[in-house]
Amino acid sequence: MAHEHAGHDNPDHTHEHPTWKQYRWVALILTVITALEVWAYYMPTLVASPFFVPLLLIMSAAKFIIVVAFYMHLKYDHRLFRALFTGPLAIAMVTLISLLFLLAKTGAEMRA
Amino acid sequence: MAHSAAETHAPTHHYTTTGLDSRKVGIWMFIGSECMLFASLISTYLIYKGKNVVGPLPHEAWTNPQTGETFKAILNIPVTSISTFVLLMSSFAMVMALAAVENRRRPKPANPGFWQRVEGSSRLWLFMTCLMGATFLGFQAFEFTSFVHEGLTIRRNLFGSSFFTLTGFHGAHVTAGVIWLGTLLAIDMKRGLQPKDAVWVDIAALYWHFVDVVWIAIFTLVYLIR
Repeated sequence: MAHEHAGHDNPDHTHEHPTWKQYRWVALILTVITALEVWAYYMPTLVASPFFVPLLLIMSAAKFIIVVAFYMHLKYDHRLFRALFTGPLAIAMVTLISLLFLLAKTGAEMRA
Repeated sequence: MAHSAAETHAPTHHYTTTGLDSRKVGIWMFIGSECMLFASLISTYLIYKGKNVVGPLPHEAWTNPQTGETFKAILNIPVTSISTFVLLMSSFAMVMALAAVENRRRPKPANPGFWQRVEGSSRLWLFMTCLMGATFLGFQAFEFTSFVHEGLTIRRNLFGSSFFTLTGFHGAHVTAGVIWLGTLLAIDMKRGLQPKDAVWVDIAALYWHFVDVVWIAIFTLVYLIR
């Protein structure tokens, strides 16, 4: 059997999907990033540093993007699918960040 | 004009005016709405983070000043790390299942090797995905049970309320995914999934991967960031 991964015979797939070999590499990369995240959690000096939270957020975002791009094929699929996902995701992120800013401020005012 | 039986039962394609399969458009719209649902749950968790009046607390021990009772930090990072790894690997198994179904359209070699047969077995990969999904749920049941035994319930404090709501909703989504994939596995066992069924597997796979990416966010925001 050829180690290729064909798309469907329909216009949803503008490009070929990743190969099985790429899927294995993606799984390995995800495992390594997860291991790094857990390692960072157990490093007291790193936890105490101001880089801890941004580092974890970057690693988490990298995993998120890798899964969405390769496993969910968004890198290869039609751009409408990309818009259907990234549009609501962007709204959700903006809402989340706005709520955090708003309620953190309210909390600070209440404490004052 | 009368239609023949073959015409009547011909497979229908669900293409929209955009030329895209309406089923895939539908699942992406659903996933988009789910993003907002989980963003609201994660927002709630983050807003309430660090505002607990009583313990147990997620990352530090807490002593009740009235009774002197001490509660240790409640989150079990090693166990959750393993369950996270299991869920990530279930996503790998899922893409392998989809690839196996899609590649059935390609001509098979006369004598496939062991690994070629493994890679081409959608039943094996669907079974592995279901098994790993069920394992993740087992870890979650263990975690919830141990939390309750250690004094953290959904009514105990803000952490308990927001944590059980967020992870409980995610667990419900995993449960739905396991049932969905189990149904696909049953169909595969009964009649074999064909390339024409690939879009159904693709839709289930998209849902499953979404459940995985939500957990990627939860694992970092809830479990790792103190």
